[in-house]
Amino acid sequence: MRADPVDYELVSPGSLHGALSLLSAEPKKWLPIAGGTDVMVLYSAGKLPNRNLVNLWNILELRQIEVFPDRIRIGATCTYTDLRKHALVSREFPLLATAASWTGGIANQNRGTLGGNIANASPAADSLPALLVYDAELSLVSVRGERRVPYREFHTGYKKTMLAPDELIRDISLPRRFSGYVTYTRKVGARNAQAISKVCLAALGRIANGAIQDVHLALGSVAPIPLRLSETEHLLSGKKIESSLFETARRTLIQEIRPIDDIRSTARYRAAVAGNLVVEFLEKLVTESARS
Amino acid sequence: MNSSGDAKPKCNVSFTVNGEIKSLRIHPMERLLDVLRNELGLTGTKEGCGEGECGSCSILLDGLLVNSCLVPAAQAHGSNVVTIEGIAAHSLLHPLQEAFLECGGAQCGICTPGMILAAVHLLEKKAEPTQAEIREGLAGNLCRCTGYMQIFEAVTKAARQRVAK
Amino acid sequence: MASSNERHIVGTSVPRKEGRDKVTGAARYVDDMTLPGMLHGATVRSKIARGNIKTISFDPSVPWDEFVVVTAKDIPGKNCIALILDDQPCLAAESVNHPEEPILLLAHADRHKLRKAVDAISIEYESLSPVHSLEKSEKQSTIIWGTDNTFKTFLVEKGELDSVWSEAAHIVEGEYFTGAQEQLYIENNGVIASFDPQHGVTVWGSLQCPYYVHKALMALCGLPEHKVRVVQMETGGAFGGKEEYPSMIAGHAALLAIKSGRPVKIVYDRMEDMVATTKRHPSRTRHRTAVRKDGKILGGEIEFVIDGGAYATLSSVVLSRGTIHAGGPYYWPSVRIRTRAIATNTPPHGAFRGFGAPQSLFAMERHMDRIAQVVGISPIEIRRRNFLMPGQTTTTQQTIHEKIDLDSLLSRALELSDYHTKKKRFAVENKTSTRKKGMGIATFLHGAGFTGSGERYLNSLVGVEAGPDGVVRVLVSSAEFGQGTNTVLCQIAAEALNLPYECVQIAQPDTTVVPNSGPTVASRTAMIVGKLVQSAAAGIKRMLSNARLLGDNYTPEQFCAACREFIAAHGSLNSEVRYEAPPGVYWDDEHYRGEAYAAFAWAVYVAEVSVDLTTYSVTVDDFVALQEIGKVLHPVLAEGQISGGVAQAIGFALYEKVVWQDGHMFNNQMTNYIMPTSADLPPIRVFFEQNGNIHGAHGAKGIGELPMDGPAPAIVNAVEDAVGVRFNSIPLLPEDLFQALQTEPPVATSSLPGTARGAR
Repeated sequence: MRADPVDYELVSPGSLHGALSLLSAEPKKWLPIAGGTDVMVLYSAGKLPNRNLVNLWNILELRQIEVFPDRIRIGATCTYTDLRKHALVSREFPLLATAASWTGGIANQNRGTLGGNIANASPAADSLPALLVYDAELSLVSVRGERRVPYREFHTGYKKTMLAPDELIRDISLPRRFSGYVTYTRKVGARNAQAISKVCLAALGRIANGAIQDVHLALGSVAPIPLRLSETEHLLSGKKIESSLFETARRTLIQEIRPIDDIRSTARYRAAVAGNLVVEFLEKLVTESARS
Repeated sequence: MNSSGDAKPKCNVSFTVNGEIKSLRIHPMERLLDVLRNELGLTGTKEGCGEGECGSCSILLDGLLVNSCLVPAAQAHGSNVVTIEGIAAHSLLHPLQEAFLECGGAQCGICTPGMILAAVHLLEKKAEPTQAEIREGLAGNLCRCTGYMQIFEAVTKAARQRVAK
Repeated sequence: MASSNERHIVGTSVPRKEGRDKVTGAARYVDDMTLPGMLHGATVRSKIARGNIKTISFDPSVPWDEFVVVTAKDIPGKNCIALILDDQPCLAAESVNHPEEPILLLAHADRHKLRKAVDAISIEYESLSPVHSLEKSEKQSTIIWGTDNTFKTFLVEKGELDSVWSEAAHIVEGEYFTGAQEQLYIENNGVIASFDPQHGVTVWGSLQCPYYVHKALMALCGLPEHKVRVVQMETGGAFGGKEEYPSMIAGHAALLAIKSGRPVKIVYDRMEDMVATTKRHPSRTRHRTAVRKDGKILGGEIEFVIDGGAYATLSSVVLSRGTIHAGGPYYWPSVRIRTRAIATNTPPHGAFRGFGAPQSLFAMERHMDRIAQVVGISPIEIRRRNFLMPGQTTTTQQTIHEKIDLDSLLSRALELSDYHTKKKRFAVENKTSTRKKGMGIATFLHGAGFTGSGERYLNSLVGVEAGPDGVVRVLVSSAEFGQGTNTVLCQIAAEALNLPYECVQIAQPDTTVVPNSGPTVASRTAMIVGKLVQSAAAGIKRMLSNARLLGDNYTPEQFCAACREFIAAHGSLNSEVRYEAPPGVYWDDEHYRGEAYAAFAWAVYVAEVSVDLTTYSVTVDDFVALQEIGKVLHPVLAEGQISGGVAQAIGFALYEKVVWQDGHMFNNQMTNYIMPTSADLPPIRVFFEQNGNIHGAHGAKGIGELPMDGPAPAIVNAVEDAVGVRFNSIPLLPEDLFQALQTEPPVATSSLPGTARGAR
């Protein structure tokens, strides 16, 4: 334990309004902490520069999952366990439920939050590719009001986001329009559990009249941000499935991504595996569509 | 280096631990693990890594398994904490503790408190887990001694005994 | 009164002696203990790999008068960690030879202020050119240790080697590498030390060898034997990582305690433990083997080199074991084995379960599969044709007297693992699947106890005492750290005295209470110490019998009464037995020839793997571990040892990579040093073959390290079987597999023709 607790302050306003007032009064001072599964690791390692933390863990209004006819709204401090337990999330948004089951072990799923995962903005975070393919929308709030942003635009650079210093993520909305789609997700880590991803693909799409429609692909750990593969999607859109398409898709994908060598893996490995995962998805698209 | 003049304020925190209410005045960012071990003398909960990877600091916080090295103590205010010391009912061991003893689930014992808490948590959610569910339930608790096989046996055995009762 | 029947306690799975404390959280490890007035201690370490210390600056904003500061100048005795060559300083004085080398020690009551103080010390160095690879060390263009960077060499020669090359139908060569491995005990290293002028130094620690620490503290603190006391606390895993290292951390705590006059606790956090303490020696083995047309080995040359890090520490002994095991369980009519332990500017490598044998056996078992390929026969057949048989001699010319039958052991393992059926099935399935499956075997041996005359040198002493209440206490310095020492030794004593297991206790290892029964290493405890415990317990019975207080048959109550009476008359009831080398055991230390070990355990392991060509990852799907270890003293404990060892070795093979950066462990966090979780391991199926063996108590042989030797080569053999690519280096990570497949792509497998995995 390389931090001294005497140097740190943690305040618990107990309400969203209270937390936002604090952020508004002293914008760059307060670091929000919910479940702490990212912040506390940095803190223990003596690597947390922030000394003042605002507690979001006990703010109930941030921890609701609300279901509407056209969308679902997930409060920012919903934990991975909350997501896994929610029947509708598991049924209509299986990629998100699956990603939640991959994050850490059970103990970390009981504390880690979706909002925290998004705000921490690691390109390796497991749930972010799923949010990208589900066309998630974020509600960002401050004392100045609310703005809704497409999640796709939220990450602006490595660990940089659209979040203003006085803003919090209030909730994440997902449109309920993906039933009947073929979905696929796979995470490649150093081991089967408790692993930071080396490559993670979330994908969904349909085949209609023998052609690929509305295909969404997103990869984690291959760029400074979690990446929606718009060029590869564009290439695949409207095309008939055949084996030569797979290789074209792979080549396009490799152009779009920016993997690096790091402590966990290599750029070349990531690129090759990312391509393999996309091909695996396309094969699934074929077999599942043939079935129905 | 900060002089003591920069020290941030302490706060009052109270929570229930193993059925007893404890009230403390601590710095809010004290790790719950350290509060349990150092303030309350409950040394059964262990520190293996300080980064939420090994699970030897696992406890139940409001019935949910968490890594206490990652919980600021202030967040436990008003909560119900159960540690390994609270698992046995006085001198009567929990079926999981008995099963760990019978099956060789504890070797060096350092991961054992956390592992037992994880198993307690698992069996409370799923009375008869499959082998795959046991593996998943314990995947956040690292054991370097056993290779896990006898731990799985212990959990399976305890589950069967509890269901039989 | 009916007398009790003969008890059979040995061979049954009695409750673990300290088990209840462990499952209730009552077991006391070092960090659970505090002493009044205790300070916390911390270590200021080198940030460079090699250089001279120029200045040490203390940030003036820190109130240093509040701190205890210890440097090399404060060392009362000799500035070294006494072990074998005594070349390792306790604190660097003028120069450093590896990253994280200890330079200064600090103590303070507040461990947070202590942490900040460590960061407030800056040290300037004059850097010297470091050596960070085995190859660079061998080149000897930069000398960093001694005159030639070489800690130790061995040469083993047998038979007439020079003539075999011309006779050989095949000459098979291979080069094999193993990487460093972190022991990763879940409890980090820790000690508490106290000092007072009357009693001297007392240390409580997480450790394997109380008397190693005792010896080291005597030299460091300049204190006589009776003024150093070492007590082993409950120890949360060790695996060799707490064999020699505790002498260093204990020395540090002792120095701070001496200077401050207060107890001092030093407990490492995970980052410090990983980066500063010992690891498994990395190795390189080169084989060149002359083989007959039918696959029989005629002879060969084996070169085995290990990287010892910056100081000698235990490298000579690791090298010794690696040398002796280098030829595997095979008959070598002639062989030349040349081995070296060399220096690099890394924290010294040290003991880790297996201790050199996993390294040289990895090479041997990979090489056997290679020989099989060249000769054109199966991996099974090549081994059958070369197995050692009773009456034949090993590479050190030790005659195998025991009735080992490796051929049928192999057959049994193949049956248990369904080897042939699976091989047939995989041959078909692999044609169309993107998950390639394979089977691999490893056959091997592990010598128990210290090498050659080592046990004679250790001269172990064991005590058993009885109290007036009839409670028997075993007195040994053998440490429990999960492997079952407490349980097994109590079982042996109980059966020897024909008392219930519950009547026998074992003393906490405390050098003021227990004699030196040697270190808890080398798979020697059950075999060597157990036998002495058996004799000492029998000694108690004999003393009571000679005093006519006890007959041949007795009840526990009668035993208790006899003890009471004896003690009333004589004051105590205590039996001590010292090790005696078995007759006819001959070891030539100069030529490394003769009876290397009193007994070998033998094993055949079979791995079933899948290689996923989408992710290039290897999964072990099933594992059969069959071994002959003499008498199984406690089935549950024995199975647990094998399971755990196999799991650790699966980590060695597929997951655990130490990433080095200028001699420094870069990935020193559990999130980046990957050990297998419960979700990663296969069913590990453990089987024992029981033959009699005369050496250990009840015929037990060593078991603790054996399971580390076989899994890695069995797995890599299976991977080659699955994908047809030869890997000779571990750990084998998906990135490595991917890299290799780039140059040798496998057959196209997708359901859609024309799609190849791993395309460039």
